[in-house]
Amino acid sequence: MPGARRGIPAAAASGSRTLAFDQRLAAGLFVLLASLPLLSRSMASSYLLLVGERVAIFAIAALSLELLIGAGGLVSFGHAAFLGIGAYAAGIVASHGFGTLSIALPAALAASALFALATGAIAVRTRGVYFIMITLAFAQMAFFIASSLAAYGGDDGLSWPTRTQVLGRPILKDQLTFFYLCLALLIATYLGVGRLIASRFGRVLRGLKDNETRMQAIGFAPYLYRLAAYVIAGSLCGLAGFLLGNQAEFVSPAYMHWQRSGELIIMVLLGGTGTRCGPMLGALAFLLLEETLSRLTEHWKVIVGPALVLMALFASGGIAGAIAAWQRRAAPGSPLALSRLGHHLLGAGRARLHAGRRTGRRLLLRPARSLRRSAQAIRAACEPAKAALDRGLQGLPSLAGRGLKTTVERWRRR
Amino acid sequence: MRRAVLQLEALTKSFGALRVAEAIGLEVLAGETHAIIGPNGAGKTSLINQISGALLPDTGRIVFEGRDVTAMSIAARAALGFARSFQITQVLAHFSALENVALAVQARSGSSFRFWRPAAGEAALNRAALASLDSVELATRAHTLAGALSHGEKRRLEIAIALAQAPKLLLLDEPMAGAGIEETRSLVATLKRLKGRYTILLVEHDMGAVFALADRISVLVAGRIIASGEPQAVRANAAVRAAYLGEAI
Repeated sequence: MPGARRGIPAAAASGSRTLAFDQRLAAGLFVLLASLPLLSRSMASSYLLLVGERVAIFAIAALSLELLIGAGGLVSFGHAAFLGIGAYAAGIVASHGFGTLSIALPAALAASALFALATGAIAVRTRGVYFIMITLAFAQMAFFIASSLAAYGGDDGLSWPTRTQVLGRPILKDQLTFFYLCLALLIATYLGVGRLIASRFGRVLRGLKDNETRMQAIGFAPYLYRLAAYVIAGSLCGLAGFLLGNQAEFVSPAYMHWQRSGELIIMVLLGGTGTRCGPMLGALAFLLLEETLSRLTEHWKVIVGPALVLMALFASGGIAGAIAAWQRRAAPGSPLALSRLGHHLLGAGRARLHAGRRTGRRLLLRPARSLRRSAQAIRAACEPAKAALDRGLQGLPSLAGRGLKTTVERWRRR
Repeated sequence: MRRAVLQLEALTKSFGALRVAEAIGLEVLAGETHAIIGPNGAGKTSLINQISGALLPDTGRIVFEGRDVTAMSIAARAALGFARSFQITQVLAHFSALENVALAVQARSGSSFRFWRPAAGEAALNRAALASLDSVELATRAHTLAGALSHGEKRRLEIAIALAQAPKLLLLDEPMAGAGIEETRSLVATLKRLKGRYTILLVEHDMGAVFALADRISVLVAGRIIASGEPQAVRANAAVRAAYLGEAI
């Protein structure tokens, strides 16, 4: 585990072999997605394409969140707000007859950027738990504002009159076109986020995550860098929201629900933060779990929950970390062919199993400590959800207030 | 007479009832190495934190090159030419040694709001960073992660980072702390090479290092400067001897 943990940030920092690995894995995923239409045609059903579109859209959202979590160390618990804002902005202009790409897309991006700027200006002054709570509070605010937009459907949501038109033509109505648009935007996001993380700006952002004291001492004031990252990530997620609204030709407050924000975090952590292929793999895995498990039972999250706890205990590098660790052990540098993806996943599973067995032995040897640790992990995993549920909306303003208070105090001290 | 780079004017700071700085006045002259010594708890670290901007003094002024910087943030002071090392080393553990220094170069050369070009490929940054690493004999470790460096190497890396900032004032907070005899000897040799080329304010416990490096020494006891002057004069000072009761200085 420590190996995997160390390997990933190192790669992100210095662009070593593991980064190339990240690119190979991502390329494999893109090829897999791009070949979905063929599979879909042979199965004579558009179901696969629909799933593929969702994977691409949520992968964009997860990548934008990774920019905050992985590069910036800012765990936003309100990222789904941008999904909703992007979709609402495009849907609202469409409902007024401006459902054309040249208006709807800029509207979606501008609205999410503005929301990010306004809320980020306060949120990025806080760190840790306060940042989590403030972003959650702002997202809940957006959620309830959307619920009260009676003119645009309120609780029931807003049906778009049509998908966004391009030059007056409904070409996004064509499923294949829309699918490839989503995929193309995902690839562009993947490449763009990669450039950003490696750029001067990205290096400062990563440096601030690593050691803020050192960064201040060499002259970087954190605020503007973090705010800029928040705005960029917000607009990127707004883009995902724009696509999501287009896919459903519908938007509702549920897009911004805090559960959705939690799911985005899960995608990033499940896939493996500190990499770019991780969040995409996380989105893929989460949506596939959702698709398959939700057929078995409507309480499918009961299965996902414990799986996540196990993941946190045994594979902190996520799916990407597990694959990387297995590859390092088995065949360093071997090209990752698409046909071997299954083997890799199996191998990763074996490695996890192995680690699990070892940990199991440790569990038996030192039961008290391990039990305590597991209990802590489970409690930590449940805490935010439970707290948010318990307090509901009443709790949120006071939490935000507390966050604001510390912020103000910190300002005063400065 | 040489011009003063840094002037402290009646700096006072307390934590509750504890006075850590009592009307401290001090001048650091251009090009000199000025050491601050004092027994444990004398307020040395609080003083350097006030100078670097991590702590706000209750009263008094900090003047840097004729400019009042008392209320400026750490980052703003760094932009003016402050550079520092920390008693507990502060490096970017997940970045290579080269990148640690390159970031310091980046901070003073052009905007960091550049979003597209890979920073690791900027030859000008890397060249300057490598030169700085070389000046503390760390060039061979350029591509090692800072977190994997030895303690002494991290100390050197901090100095390399500070030098890359092209500092007008170098604040060194106990650079020898935690270093072994051999490491201390080589750190002193490194600092000796820098001496004279930079204006240095050195807070240090290691008396051997202080007397080897300092042009002037100020002695801080219980938040007050009780003596200030050339090493020989300070060594002979009766109050200083009393403060360091029994310790050989």
